[in-house]
Amino acid sequence: MGNQKKIPVSSIVHEQDLRKRNENYKKYVEENTPKNSIVKDTIQAFIVGGIICTIGQFFISYYQYLGAGEEAAKAYNSITLVFLSVLLTGLGIYPKLAKFGGAGTLVPITGFANSVAAPAVEYKKEGQVFGIGCKIFTIAGPVILYGIFSSWLLGLIYYILKLLKVI
Amino acid sequence: MAEQNSTKMVGKQSIVFNNPPLILAGSSIAGKKEGEGPLGHLFDTVQEDPMVGKESWEEAESELMKEAATKVLEKAGLKNSDIRYLIGGDLLGQLIATSFGVADLNIPILGIYGACSTMGEAMALASILVDGGFADRVLAITSSHFAGAEKQFRFPLDYGNQRPYSATWTVTGSGAVIIVNPNLHKPNLGEKAIVVKGVTIGRIVDYGLKDSMNMGACMAPAAFETISANLEDLNVDPDYYDRIITGDLGYVGRNILIELLKEKNIDISNNHMDCGIEIFDKDRQDTHAGGSGCGCSAITFTAYVMKQLREGAWKRALFVPTGALLSQVSFNEGKTVPGIAHAVMVEAV
Repeated sequence: MGNQKKIPVSSIVHEQDLRKRNENYKKYVEENTPKNSIVKDTIQAFIVGGIICTIGQFFISYYQYLGAGEEAAKAYNSITLVFLSVLLTGLGIYPKLAKFGGAGTLVPITGFANSVAAPAVEYKKEGQVFGIGCKIFTIAGPVILYGIFSSWLLGLIYYILKLLKVI
Repeated sequence: MAEQNSTKMVGKQSIVFNNPPLILAGSSIAGKKEGEGPLGHLFDTVQEDPMVGKESWEEAESELMKEAATKVLEKAGLKNSDIRYLIGGDLLGQLIATSFGVADLNIPILGIYGACSTMGEAMALASILVDGGFADRVLAITSSHFAGAEKQFRFPLDYGNQRPYSATWTVTGSGAVIIVNPNLHKPNLGEKAIVVKGVTIGRIVDYGLKDSMNMGACMAPAAFETISANLEDLNVDPDYYDRIITGDLGYVGRNILIELLKEKNIDISNNHMDCGIEIFDKDRQDTHAGGSGCGCSAITFTAYVMKQLREGAWKRALFVPTGALLSQVSFNEGKTVPGIAHAVMVEAV
């Protein structure tokens, strides 16, 4: 691996100052650990995320074609995508998609559904209350908490700006 | 240390036994993916069902352990009651795989935690008890389960995420050995007997890494220090051993270990082997840096290393299971990932 190593091994093995040794080791490990290709990952995420969004657009158009209003069609679409994601999670297919698509499967609403369904499946064995009840949001929890918190904060700012007649 | 010569203590942290205990038998129970790997044909049993007919991953792991214990007793031709003590441990919180797995065997037990180095720790303690005359026959056992480990240390199994190249794949499997007083058992004809010549107990080694997805790099310094200590304590060269076998450093950790040792003029590049690298085919099985977990070194040892020694392909091996001493709490609290490695000197006689 790596022919132009910046950190010589001697600066780890023979370094007496442990803090320095640890710093050198950290850099050395970074240099010697194979990395994922960001370009490849980004392209894959773009493709998979794009396909999911296209499917979403298809559902919106389809529900509108069936006579739903635009808002209702969007809501039906979310429900459909969440359902499909949960179904694919239960069947063990979603993690395989995510392995390939990365953030492309994480960012759309399907990723959120997966992050709720996966713990539900996993912790079912620990009971309805302490298993599913307590642990269903172990991954999605931060998104929910800080999502609600930041909307509250923005709402507050909006309210104050309105009071001050800035907007 | 010349004045220590009358005792079994050698150098700073090693023991050489007076009457090297015999490894009477070993068993290996492997999961499906391990069974499909390069060592698949060597395991005693390959469990196709990841749940092993149980309700949860934890119960499944306990069942693997029970099977490994039953199998090793059967191979040794012994009954539970012949075993003086059982020494075992696993990766799950409070060692539940072990407790629930071996409870029915009714053998007095010492539960230990050494993360993935547990097999080394268990074998070292078992040998110490036997050579010290505190036990005649001791069963050392450990296990790990991919899904149980993912659930405890990372994410629920069905959660979609990507693993970096440095990540390892926890081995599903359980391995056990029975270590006995060599005067009590005659080795089988036509086969070499395997004895534990000595052990080197590892220190906790922390080079400050915090990346739990790069365990190989976190543990390599521990293997480096334990292997150096063993060679220094015994005053031998690395080629004294036909193989120096680390537990689960994987590809990343292995390279680091070899380079660190080279800097101390110890070259193990020709006789080093890593159980995590041997157990999976990384290209075909998509296991990234290699296998890991207590079961990784345990079943590789019992299925492959013991076979090589029995058949005379190797005479001496230094078995160095490596462990990463982290928990999800320590990781979330921003702690480093310290490593540990224990060395067990095994010899075919």
